[in-house]
Amino acid sequence: MIMINQLETPLYESIAAKFEIASLQSGSEALQALRREAFDIFKSTGFPSIREEEWKYTNILPFLKEDYELDVILQELSPEEFSTTAALVAHHLEALQQSLKGEQKGAYRLVTVNGKINAGLSVLPAQEQLQIRSFAGAEQDPSFQKHFGKIATLKDNAFVALNTALYNEGLYIEAPKGCVLDKPLHLVNVLLAGGPAFVQPRHLIVVHPNASLEVIETTISDNEAQPLFVNGVTEIAVGENAHFHHYDIQTGRKGMRFVQRVEATQEKHSNYSNYTFTLPGTDLVRNNLVLHLNAPELESHLYGLYLTAGQQLVDNHTEVHHKQPHGESNQLYKGVLLDNSKAVFNGKIFVYQDAQKTNAFQQSNNILFSEKASVNAKPQLEIFADDVKCSHGTTIGQINKDALFYLQTRGIGEQMAKNMMVNAFAFDVTEKVKIPALRTYLEKLIAAEMEKA
Amino acid sequence: MLSIKNLHAGVEEKEILKGLNLEVKPGEVHAIMGPNGAGKSSLASVLSGRPNYEVTQGSVTLDGKDLLDMSPEDRAREGVFLAFQYPIEIPGVSNINFLKTAMNEIRTYKGLEPLSAKEFLALSRERQKLVEFDAKLVNRSLNEGFSGGEKKRNEIFQLAMLEPKLAILDETDSGLDIDALRIVSRGVNKLRSDKNAFIIITHYQRLLDYIVPDFVHVLSDGKIVKTGDKNLALELEEKGYDWIREEAIH
Repeated sequence: MIMINQLETPLYESIAAKFEIASLQSGSEALQALRREAFDIFKSTGFPSIREEEWKYTNILPFLKEDYELDVILQELSPEEFSTTAALVAHHLEALQQSLKGEQKGAYRLVTVNGKINAGLSVLPAQEQLQIRSFAGAEQDPSFQKHFGKIATLKDNAFVALNTALYNEGLYIEAPKGCVLDKPLHLVNVLLAGGPAFVQPRHLIVVHPNASLEVIETTISDNEAQPLFVNGVTEIAVGENAHFHHYDIQTGRKGMRFVQRVEATQEKHSNYSNYTFTLPGTDLVRNNLVLHLNAPELESHLYGLYLTAGQQLVDNHTEVHHKQPHGESNQLYKGVLLDNSKAVFNGKIFVYQDAQKTNAFQQSNNILFSEKASVNAKPQLEIFADDVKCSHGTTIGQINKDALFYLQTRGIGEQMAKNMMVNAFAFDVTEKVKIPALRTYLEKLIAAEMEKA
Repeated sequence: MLSIKNLHAGVEEKEILKGLNLEVKPGEVHAIMGPNGAGKSSLASVLSGRPNYEVTQGSVTLDGKDLLDMSPEDRAREGVFLAFQYPIEIPGVSNINFLKTAMNEIRTYKGLEPLSAKEFLALSRERQKLVEFDAKLVNRSLNEGFSGGEKKRNEIFQLAMLEPKLAILDETDSGLDIDALRIVSRGVNKLRSDKNAFIIITHYQRLLDYIVPDFVHVLSDGKIVKTGDKNLALELEEKGYDWIREEAIH
């Protein structure tokens, strides 16, 4: 029944055609087998519809109706493309990098164009500190072979399956054992496309034991108004006693649709912290963040802030799998909704039978700024151990009008007063950002968006 | 300074103020007393511009400017200050940043340069001392977790910082113990000058032992029905309000 809808979309037809070509692409036999397996899964499931529990509040099908181009340029950039990209990156960095420069430290920069590393636009750390390669250059690497395709869940995940079947070029980042990167790495994903495009970035990040890494991800595009669908998958392996602070700053423009799955495995004494900030602009964002706490005594932090506007739909799905004892996970998601926007928060915590003494917390708070905005929040806890501490809480409210009036009676303009209150609301999340310049940048972005409201 | 003429106002069709007149000159302290439901707090709300209040008739001017036409923030910038009966807690907004923002918004409105961080800090220290406000509270979130007395004292601290022309104290004394009442009153007395004026709304004569008013008005059924000096407050304390209502009817 689902397939009937799917087959009507031109995208589905071009996907089927594309796979025939992709399956002939180079790559080891193991990789080709994985692509085939993934494609079979995609064929059997098709794109998800709202009849599926996981997609109940997010109807993806209207966003798939465009005549997307699946093959986006991969060859070396022409001089014009290079200068366009350079200008885009420079413009993008103006705001962010300026703040980062304000720090003594600044940040390294890794620019990818349609998934391909662009060394000319990047400022990279030394090889011993951090290894950055394309998948093509990493296929023989033991860590790559150990983790690639082994972390992201294919089963019942049409988008992961599709990405696995058809990704073009992947990015492999490896923090060597014991290496503490002295500055954050700013990963700028540049997407160039002449017309409507469907792109599928694929990342694998391995943080080896005792290493420490901070990554800030942003995405930009030259494509001014055309629909651009991004189906991204990032696999992450955090080794024993390793620390990974992962910042995902999601800005964009009308016509951009993001579906991504970030799936991580963690070993003993490790810390994975994810900070996802979604701002107005994009039509659709669906984040699937999944953590596998495979060892005892580790911690995970998931912080999310979404400020939504216009007709935007922002959907955060999280899953935390506590599999071993003494794990600690902490989720805090906050939303500010303007105009006709919609948000979804679906947070799952699984505590497996062996995971005694687990501490798992989850909190989701939302403010509706408009009568037309809406939020669907759904916490789900499945606990099979008997000695654990788990909690969850959800609030949905409106801006406190008395507080607003109080600020105004002190001479603070209505707009400024609203900004102060939104910043105060968001503070619990923004204060968690460990890079002060990034925090300032985010606060400015929030203030600028609130000005428009 | 403040001129209220034949003011009619209410909430959702219900008229609460029914033809109120009041003239306040610089340097004066006016106390407004009256039974519950007379419209005392409504007067404070209308003057400060609380959104759900509707003025149906009459005028309010501050130094000749029409106050009723202004947004709450512009009224504040023109020099109206309301000390709230129930100050609002705003978690996440620091007391000191809030005050700095408020001061600079007011200064910008007046065409003045914002204060530098250093100037602001110096002024803040001086005024904290003047009104005996605990320095520990200055850096906390605005009123969050403050006791009732601390909240009221924070209102007086804000008053000291923002230096309004006209301060309206809406039942600032209610719920205060005698020590807090003394501190609040001392603060207000230090801030009195021949350039500013105070309207003190209260239930109890007690406050007026500490802040001595020039005029005492009795508000009843939305109108000022009697005006006298501080002795009127003592009389009210002794006899209650009924005799005034009687007088007003006859």
